[in-house]
Amino acid sequence: MGFFNKLKEGLSRTRQNLVQKVEQLVTGRQHIDEELYEELEEVLISADVGAEMALQMVEGLRKKVKEQKIGDPGELKRLLQEEIVELLGQETAVVDISKKPTVVLVVGVNGVGKTTTIAKLAHRWKSEGRKVLLAAGDTFRAAAIDQLEIWGQRVGVDVIRHQEGSDPGAVAYDAAQAAISRGADILLVDTAGRLHNKNHLMNELSKVGRVLDRALPGAPHEILLVLDATTGQNAVTQARLFGEAVGVTGLVLTKLDGTAKGGVILAIQGELNVPVKFIGIGEAMDDLRIFEPQQFAKALFGQEEAE
Amino acid sequence: MAMFESLAEKLQSTFKKLRGKGKVSEADVAEAMREVRMALLAADVNLKVVKDFVAKVKERAIGQEVLDSLTPGQQVVKVVHEELVALMGGTSSKISQSQKPPTVIMLVGLQGAGKTTSVSKLALYLRKQGRRPLMAACDVYRPAAVKQLQVLGNQLDIPVFSMGTGVSPVDIARGAMENAVATGRDTLLLDTAGRLHINEELMDELKEIKKVVKPHEILLVVDAMTGQDAVNVAEAFHGQLGLDGVVLTKLDGDARGGAALSVKAVTGCPIKFVGLGEKAEALEPFHPDRMASRILGMGDVLTLIEKA
Ligand SMILES: Nc1nc2c(ncn2[C@@H]2O[C@H](COP(=O)(O)OP(=O)(O)OP(=O)(O)O)[C@@H](O)[C@H]2O)c(=O)[nH]1
Ligand SMILES: Nc1nc2c(ncn2[C@@H]2O[C@H](COP(=O)(O)OP(=O)(O)OP(=O)(O)O)[C@@H](O)[C@H]2O)c(=O)[nH]1
Ligand SMILES: [Mg+2]
Ligand SMILES: [Mg+2]
Repeated sequence: MGFFNKLKEGLSRTRQNLVQKVEQLVTGRQHIDEELYEELEEVLISADVGAEMALQMVEGLRKKVKEQKIGDPGELKRLLQEEIVELLGQETAVVDISKKPTVVLVVGVNGVGKTTTIAKLAHRWKSEGRKVLLAAGDTFRAAAIDQLEIWGQRVGVDVIRHQEGSDPGAVAYDAAQAAISRGADILLVDTAGRLHNKNHLMNELSKVGRVLDRALPGAPHEILLVLDATTGQNAVTQARLFGEAVGVTGLVLTKLDGTAKGGVILAIQGELNVPVKFIGIGEAMDDLRIFEPQQFAKALFGQEEAE
Repeated sequence: MAMFESLAEKLQSTFKKLRGKGKVSEADVAEAMREVRMALLAADVNLKVVKDFVAKVKERAIGQEVLDSLTPGQQVVKVVHEELVALMGGTSSKISQSQKPPTVIMLVGLQGAGKTTSVSKLALYLRKQGRRPLMAACDVYRPAAVKQLQVLGNQLDIPVFSMGTGVSPVDIARGAMENAVATGRDTLLLDTAGRLHINEELMDELKEIKKVVKPHEILLVVDAMTGQDAVNVAEAFHGQLGLDGVVLTKLDGDARGGAALSVKAVTGCPIKFVGLGEKAEALEPFHPDRMASRILGMGDVLTLIEKA
């Protein structure tokens, strides 16, 4: 199955809902009127875009309709799609793995899919022939280390681990040294899930970042914030506060294989402008895709597109 | 958060403008309702639920009790709060107890919602009430899920039944039942794997477990940060399994937790417990009034209103 089909498959629910709704809205209508705008706004809100952002986007639509002198309600779908792409950016944001080793720190609130995403990334880069190392930086949650260890075995990469309850900074330091001495290309550092409103835990995270920098100046090179697509407006605060604590360089949106639409990333883009780099569409190690804004917006609206 | 601490203020100023006019019109109320709508949506209350809710509040707000008052802004907030509490139902953190032990409690939900953690929290909670719980590791899919429950069981000194990951969850549930009876455990808590509500195969598995162990309580574990999709999830789990209650987790965060309202509206099931941290002690009975204040983001404002 090609990339686009797989992505579409993963997003089929999202697409169905949104497309059907938009289509229901526009079919049989002769004019673009207030009611139609209002209903479009509701479609966006239902996708977790957020009331404020939805309002803004519909404002944007209104302006375009006026400027382009559009009268056909059917055109609204294309316009909305354009607007989404505008928000998300045209370019595919990639993780630069040219440094050796490249250190990737993975952060986020509890249960969003950090550890699984690390396994998926390890699998991806290992399949490309890179030497990957994992650091079991979640020393807090019950059996978190074992979970990463099992993933390491499945993917076929080594895991640097300490005991449960030990200092995550120490694990990170050791792992960075190991990555250097073993000639690893990429080091992926797992962290314990933490809620962004807990200062002591956020400080602990900043410390892990500083320790990595001490072990390997410039590290971590990439800081990925994992967001669960099921999350509502709280994701905006998550993005802001994790950004302030560690300087997030990219987002990973997981669990897009459900019916959640992950529209909150639009609200996040509106406020913070951190690119989405990957999406998770399942629990297996190959259920990770590079986030492509164009295709994402198109898949969201069910347009056919060649590879 | 800050955005909504201002709901009361916004309503206040909406109505203040009118004070001079002496009479509050329907258009003024409509304006106030828009603010209420925005606040609820920002708290992730489902859009449909919001619409019904706002219609109801509007009816009351147009009534005399609000318009004739000296502080219509505060009165609207009060009405909104009261209606929210009513919608969430009374408190009911009771876990049924079977005449014929063991009482079986099954936790279900999406991936990462907090099922395993909540199983151990509930086990501790029930033990404090004098029960003798057994926890069963029925998640054979997530790496180290069994180990996770075992570690938690060890920490709490509560036994965990497991058969590894090579056995079907249905068989594990059956085995756990037998084990509970044999070892004189009066309460059996089943940890199940996270699953999507649209995954038919895995939903069938839950139905199968239900058939075999006939749980007295099936609790849906819901992350307080969940957005608009909460209704779809709750609807599907309720439709397929018939839920008895909800555990709302991660309320120690700053999410306003509107999902609670959505889930309650869809399933009619009471929210029985809330999770307030990662530790085993961090479980509390649900308080509808606190939740209503939280959804509105205005705990302290309410005390003001009470005085008004
Ligand atoms: N359906 C689906 N499930 C996912 C996806 N990514 C992760 N999961 C599941 O979500 C659950 C939590 O994943 P983890 O990787 O353990 O999440 P985490 O962020 O490391 O969790 P903590 O370390 O406890 O904070 C697991 O059951 C995963 O299998 C995804 O893209 N789709
Ligand atoms: N802060 C906080 N974290 C919680 C709470 N409940 C659970 N967690 C955390 O959320 C993450 C996921 O919890 P689990 O109990 O593993 O979730 P689960 O539903 O069993 O996950 P799967 O089995 O993968 O579907 C872990 O990091 C828990 O420590 C809570 O009330 N507050
Ligand atoms: Mg983890
Ligand atoms: Mg679990």
